[in-house]
Amino acid sequence: MAGGRSLISTLATPRREISPGLSLGISTAVTLAILLFWCLITYGGLVDTTFCPPPHQVAKAFWTTLMDGSLLRNAWSSLVVINLGFFLSSIIAIPLGIMMGSFRVVQAALEPVVNFTRYLPVTSMIPLLILWIGIGIEEKIAVIFIGTFFQQLVMFADVSAQVPNELFNAAYTLGAKKRQIVLRVLLPATLPGVIDTLRVTMGWAWTYLVVAELVASSSGLGYMSMQAMRGLHADVIFVAILVIGFLGLVTDEIFKRLKNMLLPWARSR
Amino acid sequence: MGTVTVENLSLHFATGGATPVIALNNLSMTIPDKQFAVIVGPSGCGKSSLLDIIAGLRDPTTGDCRLDGKVIHGPAKERGMVFQNYSLFPWLTVLKNVEFGLSLQGKPQREITERARHYVNAVGLSSFENAYPNQLSGGMKQRVAIARSLANDPEVILMDEPFGALDSQTRVVMQQLLLGIWEKEHKTILFVTHDIDEALYLGEVVYVMSSRPGRIIDTIAVDFAHPRSYELSTEPAFVELKRRIQHNLHAEVHKALSTAA
Repeated sequence: MAGGRSLISTLATPRREISPGLSLGISTAVTLAILLFWCLITYGGLVDTTFCPPPHQVAKAFWTTLMDGSLLRNAWSSLVVINLGFFLSSIIAIPLGIMMGSFRVVQAALEPVVNFTRYLPVTSMIPLLILWIGIGIEEKIAVIFIGTFFQQLVMFADVSAQVPNELFNAAYTLGAKKRQIVLRVLLPATLPGVIDTLRVTMGWAWTYLVVAELVASSSGLGYMSMQAMRGLHADVIFVAILVIGFLGLVTDEIFKRLKNMLLPWARSR
Repeated sequence: MGTVTVENLSLHFATGGATPVIALNNLSMTIPDKQFAVIVGPSGCGKSSLLDIIAGLRDPTTGDCRLDGKVIHGPAKERGMVFQNYSLFPWLTVLKNVEFGLSLQGKPQREITERARHYVNAVGLSSFENAYPNQLSGGMKQRVAIARSLANDPEVILMDEPFGALDSQTRVVMQQLLLGIWEKEHKTILFVTHDIDEALYLGEVVYVMSSRPGRIIDTIAVDFAHPRSYELSTEPAFVELKRRIQHNLHAEVHKALSTAA
């Protein structure tokens, strides 16, 4: 009885640690409950399976699209586009954002433009982009680039501005010159924040990618969903969504491991 | 050499209001080579600003500071600084933090490591040389910061309430460590604190600073023999000096509180 009370009290206490076993148990239970709910409404005949297919049908669609190559082809196409768009955006936004956060002249030059563009939904520019560059891979890369770049710029600038002045002052009083301040203090100090920002913005890039593929495209997971919709193949839409979720999970894990591997000093205790 | 002279130094802050805040007013002092000088004063009296100006991190409004007769312009390795918040580079190990200043000058790596090891050892952290700052306690971090400053061989070490964030037991240990190092290395040290016991225990000369605008209102030669033991703080001569400073500061703190209100 006392044990029961203390368990509830433990669970209800903010930030109180719980045992790894209990934590895993709760995660599993919730996941299973969602799957169970899915089974219940589909096999139980509560929904029309044309629009909400049961698990085995989704599994079958997964197998079919895997075997005929369409799943891998579309997934690969999406991966190429997102990685190109994201890479192009990051490779420019990282140095520019770091400068924007620490050099007033760069901040003054970019801030008005960036803050204006940042609030324009990239989706509103898709028609223009199609007019300008068509519906090929370039257009989708452009959508991801525009959608990610301006957000990244502001976030990298923030990371850079957050580096404590004391680190610069310590380096100055140890004899550092301006160049050394940038290369040996500012850059390493921003690394953890840069990786965290990449991790977050990669998630957003997936959204822009799928939007671009839904609107106008001839390949990709978004295109695959759109085609499936036209043929009323809800099971294939489910497959596309699940694969996007899975790829997102893998990407997130890669960033997490990259940070722990490259920056052991930034690991939280 | 490491003689610091401060001449008619004033510092005004623009605050958005009509009249600027006067942080330092016409302050002059000379700290001879190899002296351990302490400035004690109420918080907000401008003692940290004074240190920043000597470090070259901030420009005075009028007047100037000199090191061995040369006017100070901007920071340089001749004037090392230890900050209250440790300010270690979190991405570098203890040893690499201590090596930082030397590595900026592009000395041979062997020489750098040897010298850094010597000072890591001097502050008692040999077994932690590969640890990162986030694995260290506050006292250990500050020992690294002191070693980092010493390894760079500055003419003057400026210390801005370096032990202010430490618990009182650790603080005593750190004071003894610092005094021991100074007795061996004999560098000019300008140490800022609001702790009177700390000032008297460490300093050869203690400057008492007024509340804003900061001026020197008393200069005390503290001639207790070295090496000093911490029992010093209970001796009558120590207590008497403490009373004298307390008396001066008490009036200043009241003044500061009444003008702030």
